[in-house]
Amino acid sequence: MLRYVLHRLIVMIPTVIAISVVTFVIIQLPPGDFLSAQISELQAQGEGVQTERIAYLRELYGLERPLWQQYLQWAWGLLHGDLGWSFEYDRPVTEVIGDKIFLTVVISLATVIFTWIVAFPIALYSATHKYSWGDHGLTFLGFLGLATPNFLLALVMLYFANVWFGTSIGGLMDPVYLDQPMSWGKFVSVLQHLWIPVIIIGTSGTAGMIRRLRANLMDELQKPYVVTAKAKGLPPGRALVKYPLRMSLNPFIADIGNLLPDLISGSALVAVVLSLPTTGPVLVRALQSQDMYLAGSFLMLEAFLVVIGVLISDLLLAWLDPRIRFSGGQAR
Amino acid sequence: MTVEPRQPPESAGLRPAGNSEHWVDPEPWQVHREQPLTPEQERYYTASQWRLMWWRFKRHKVAVASLWVLVLFYVVVVIAEVVAPYDAQTRDPLHIHAPPQPIHLFHEGRFVGPFTYGYQMTLDMTTLKRIYEADRTMVQPLRFFCRGDAYRFWGQWPGDFHLVCPAEGGTFFLLGTDRLGRDMFSRILYGARVSLTVGLVGIAISFALGIILGGVSGYYGGWIDNIVQRLIEVIRSFPMIPLWLALSAALPPTWPPIWVYFGITLILGLVDWTGLARAVRSKVLSLREEEFAQAARLLGAKPRRIILRHLVPSFMSHLIASATLSIPGMILGETALSFLGLGVRAPMTSWGVLLNDAQNVNVVAIYPWLMLPVVPVIIVVLAFNFLGDGLRDAADPYS
Repeated sequence: MLRYVLHRLIVMIPTVIAISVVTFVIIQLPPGDFLSAQISELQAQGEGVQTERIAYLRELYGLERPLWQQYLQWAWGLLHGDLGWSFEYDRPVTEVIGDKIFLTVVISLATVIFTWIVAFPIALYSATHKYSWGDHGLTFLGFLGLATPNFLLALVMLYFANVWFGTSIGGLMDPVYLDQPMSWGKFVSVLQHLWIPVIIIGTSGTAGMIRRLRANLMDELQKPYVVTAKAKGLPPGRALVKYPLRMSLNPFIADIGNLLPDLISGSALVAVVLSLPTTGPVLVRALQSQDMYLAGSFLMLEAFLVVIGVLISDLLLAWLDPRIRFSGGQAR
Repeated sequence: MTVEPRQPPESAGLRPAGNSEHWVDPEPWQVHREQPLTPEQERYYTASQWRLMWWRFKRHKVAVASLWVLVLFYVVVVIAEVVAPYDAQTRDPLHIHAPPQPIHLFHEGRFVGPFTYGYQMTLDMTTLKRIYEADRTMVQPLRFFCRGDAYRFWGQWPGDFHLVCPAEGGTFFLLGTDRLGRDMFSRILYGARVSLTVGLVGIAISFALGIILGGVSGYYGGWIDNIVQRLIEVIRSFPMIPLWLALSAALPPTWPPIWVYFGITLILGLVDWTGLARAVRSKVLSLREEEFAQAARLLGAKPRRIILRHLVPSFMSHLIASATLSIPGMILGETALSFLGLGVRAPMTSWGVLLNDAQNVNVVAIYPWLMLPVVPVIIVVLAFNFLGDGLRDAADPYS
C-alpha cells in the first residue's frame, strides 16, 4: 500500500508542473501586459502615473525578462504561497482569495455527499425494478437534471423563490456575518444557506451517478454467481447487498475524480447567479477585467483541488480494491 | 417454424425389415432447404451494418422523436429569417419590455382566425414601470406568407418574405420584447443559429483532434502514448467552464464578432477532445493486433492509412454516438460563456446573449419572459442526450 501511495504521489508531480505551465500560458495570453494596460488607462483618466510604483512592480514581476524566467519566478512564488498581485483589488492575490477557496471546498464536499445520498437509493431502486414505471420516471427525472444547465436552474429557482416567498435565496450567509470572522452563528447561517446551492449544483452530478450505478448494478445482477446465490435460496436482499452491490460501488469512489471538475465548474456559474462568496464570481470578474494573476491563481488552485481529489479517490479505491493496489493502478 | 423430418423412402424398398441399421441420405445436406428462411430473416441476415443500426435505432421511440425535434430545430436555423416575424435587430420604441401577446381565435364569440389584441401602454409614474394592457378594440389579424421586415438572407441576399407577420400597423410579440423593444421570439430564432451551430463546429474540431491524437497514441504506444495521456490528464484536471472562461477572456476585444464566434468554437473543441481521444485510444489499442490490421500492415499500408481506413471505421458508430452525447456540453458551454458576457458579443445573438439580460433577478421578477430562452436550451440538450442514448444502443447492432 505504501508503495502505491508513493507511486501515486510521484506521478502527481509532473501533472502539477504541467498544470502550472498551462496556467502561466493562459495568464500570458491576453495581448499586452497588464501593467501597460493599467498605465494607459490611468493616463486616459488624466491621472498621474506613479512611475516608481510601476517600476517597482515591473521589477517585482520581472516583466523585462524572458518568459521562461518569468515563469520560474511565478512558480517559485507559488511554492512559497505568493500568488502574485491582483491589479483589480490592488492587493496580493492571497488576500483576495482568502476563505473563498475554503468555501469552494466546503460546497464541493457537501455536494459530493449530497450526490451520494440521493443517487444511492434511487440507483438501487432503478436497477432492481428494471423498466418499471418508477424506473422510467426516475430515469426521465435524471435526464432532466442532466439536461438543465445548473446556472439556469439557479436562475429559475431564484425567480420562483422571489415570486412565491418574496425572499432572495442568494448568498451563502446572513448579510450580518459577511465580513466577520468565523463564529458559531456564522457557521449555522452558512449551513442554513448551503443546501440551496448544493441541490442546484448537485442535480447534474446526481443524474450521471444514478445512471452509472444503475448500469453497473444491472450488469452485475446478470452474472452467474448472482443466479447461483438465488438458486441456493439466499434471500433477495442478501443476494443484492452481499456481493453485487459491493462490486458496483467502485464507480462511486472512482467517480470523485470525474465529478469534482464538473462540480467546481458548475458551481462557478451557479455562484455567479446566486452571488455566493466562492471562487466563481471572483474568477469571472477577474477574467472580465483581465486581472490575469488573480484569474490564473484561481485556475491553478481549482485544478490543484481536482488533482488532490483524484488522488484521494485513487487511494480510497486502492484501499477498497486489492486488484488496483497490486497492479499499480492500471486496473481502472 | 416447424420442419418436417425427412422420412426414408420406404417405397424403394431400400430398407430391409428388421434391420435397424442407420440410414444415411446420399443427397448433400442443405440447411436452407431444411429450414427455409422467412422473408424477415432473409432481410435481417443480408442487411448491411448501418441498416441494422437504423432498425435498432428505430426501436428507441424517444430517440426517434428527439431526432425529429432536432431536425425541426435545424431547419429553423437554416431559414430563421423567413420563420421569424421580425428582424433580430428591429426595435419598437413604443413596445419596450412588452409582455407576450397571446394568439386568439375568437373575438366576441365570432371566429376571426388567428389574431392578437393591440397593447395600450401606460407608465406607472411611481415605479416608472411600463404597464401594457390588451386593448379589446384593436383586433390585429396575423398575416401569413407576407412581406414584412427587410432582411439579408444569410447576410447575402436581400428579401422580405416571412411565414407570418403582424397586421399592418399592428404588433405580434409572441414571447414579448426586450429592453430595446426587440421581439424575443425572433431573437430566439436568430440566436439558435449561433447556439446550435457552435456545438456542431466544435464537435468537428474535437472529433478531428480526438481521432488523430487518440489514434496515434493507441497505435504507436510507448512514449508517444505516454505524452498524449499526460496531456489529456492535465487538460482534464482543469474544471471545464473556468478553463473555457479563461481562454475566451483571452480573445482580443478588437476582433469582429464572426472571428469571436470561430474563436469560441475553437476553444470549445480544444478543451473537449480528451474524452473522444481516450475512447479512440482504447479501441485502437485492442484492434491493432487483429488479423485485418496485421494484414494491412504486411501489405505495406502506412500507419495513417491503417488507422483511418481500417481501424477507425470499425468503431465509427461508437464515436458518433459519444460525439452526439458531447454536443450538449458545448451548447451549454457557449450559453454559459455568453451568459457571463465572455462569449459571443452583442451584434451577434445567441441564447446565452439573450439570457445575459436575465442575469439580474430583479429584472426577471418584473419581466419573466426574458427567461424564456432557457426553454429551447433545455429542449435541445435533452433531445441530444436522448438521441445519443439511442445511437449508443444502436451502435452495436450485433449484441
